[in-house]
Amino acid sequence: MPFVSPEDFAKQKVAAIQEYSVLSWHAVSALFSRPRYWSDIYTQMDSIGVGSMPIIVLTGFFTGCVLALQSATSLKAFGAISMTGNLVALSMVKELGPVLTGLMVSGRNAAGMASEIGSMRVTEQIDAMRALGTDPVRKLVTPRLYATIFMLFFLTIVADAVGIAGGALVSVALLGLNASSYFHASYRALEYADVVQGLTKPLFSAFIIATVGCYFGMSTKGGTQGVGRSTTQAVVISSVFIIIVDFIVSRAMIGIFGR
Amino acid sequence: MAETVSTRDDSQEHDLREQSTVVEFDNVSIKFDLKPVLEDISFKVFSGETRIILGPAGGGKSVLMKLTNGLLQPDSGTIRVFGEDITSMPERDLYKLRARIGMVFQESALFDSLSVEDNVAYRLHEEHVSEEEAHTRVVEALKFVELEQAIQKFPPELSGGMRRRVSIARAIISKPDLILYDSPTGGLDPITSTTIIELVMKQRDVSHTTSLMITHRLQDAFTLAMNRFNPETGKMQPISNGGVDESTKFLVLNEGKVVFDGTTHELVSSTDPWLRAYLA
Repeated sequence: MPFVSPEDFAKQKVAAIQEYSVLSWHAVSALFSRPRYWSDIYTQMDSIGVGSMPIIVLTGFFTGCVLALQSATSLKAFGAISMTGNLVALSMVKELGPVLTGLMVSGRNAAGMASEIGSMRVTEQIDAMRALGTDPVRKLVTPRLYATIFMLFFLTIVADAVGIAGGALVSVALLGLNASSYFHASYRALEYADVVQGLTKPLFSAFIIATVGCYFGMSTKGGTQGVGRSTTQAVVISSVFIIIVDFIVSRAMIGIFGR
Repeated sequence: MAETVSTRDDSQEHDLREQSTVVEFDNVSIKFDLKPVLEDISFKVFSGETRIILGPAGGGKSVLMKLTNGLLQPDSGTIRVFGEDITSMPERDLYKLRARIGMVFQESALFDSLSVEDNVAYRLHEEHVSEEEAHTRVVEALKFVELEQAIQKFPPELSGGMRRRVSIARAIISKPDLILYDSPTGGLDPITSTTIIELVMKQRDVSHTTSLMITHRLQDAFTLAMNRFNPETGKMQPISNGGVDESTKFLVLNEGKVVFDGTTHELVSSTDPWLRAYLA
């Protein structure tokens, strides 16, 4: 790998942030002018939303299961095992549901977007699209962005629900708790602020997943090796940013709602 | 008085040629990562002309083609296409201009996920042409490239030569005023290459479309210059008495500079040592 001077390195990073910002703005604003590619948006909703459902259900369910199992040991020490539902519900809705859904969708779809668009870039299909009079951002990025934002919101709700259900299964089957008291504790634990916090996070995560995935796809260089590099970078950077933004949103929500 | 008339005629002819200039490069330069790719390139392509671009690999030919279509922006100089300066044109206006330009890419650049029919009809779908009319025009374009039997296939199912022909069909379906062929015969066997050149010739002689064509194969370039398409037999045939097609001209690039710009006769009679070595 050639040595790059700190000045060039800084310039490259600033240029990348600039390109990313321009692409993101272009993708967001494209929905408010013609032409709009609705059929591509629905196709992406199916691919991102319905296609991610199995991994989201499995991840959410077993996270709820293990959360109940692990917390039971600590709660038992304080004689508070009946609070398991409370803990599982709060953890799933505020934190684990949104973050794990974001990370799983990032692994699946940011990688998919980067590799698909990256392959199109290196085989000149993006240039062909421009030559045929189509704006590739409008055609490829905007549908993925809005489809991810729309579907991740509902995927997070599904993950929260199956997570609580998984916790219930473990609580009833292995810890001997009463199902009714588990669900009652879960319901009582959640407040409006918790739900708002849990459902705000996927909006930011979805924006990160789609824009980072598409940015790395659109800026792919260097043949198939470049596609592989873009895919890896898209997953790593979107995952890291999801966790960073999760912290920022959590802090902001605690500041606004006080919990 | 005679001199005055002559001057007026010359001036009118000059004006007519200026009006019919389809592509004009004026001192165009572009660098990639500080490395000059094209330096002070100037040339004109007139209406109805077929300009063959020759030169060694890495000489900036494909970059020149992308500059012509506005897919790249030069660092300096001016490019005019259909009289419009595309160097300062916003991308949104370029999309409209590109409706008049067809482009055949080096590796075909067909959309993998779309069938041959959808690939060829791509531009028509973007223009919201009815399905029925689009289908009729796709069949017509595929018949032109003699590939109507492949209409339902997908690009990965096609051979290299078939992909190029689909790419040509996609480029000509909207009856463009300018066609850019980026190495349409690159990587193909000699027989398939001849088939592709015959299609380029057919487009030149039947539709008289202005075109720029990059090729690495001198044989293809001279086949195009020394043959014409016979619509009656549906085949190409040599121009009688060893003649050449007057509308076919050459542009030779080497290391990002124009080393030759002229007719077939001028090219073969050139005394430039590099050019003679290149053509040998």
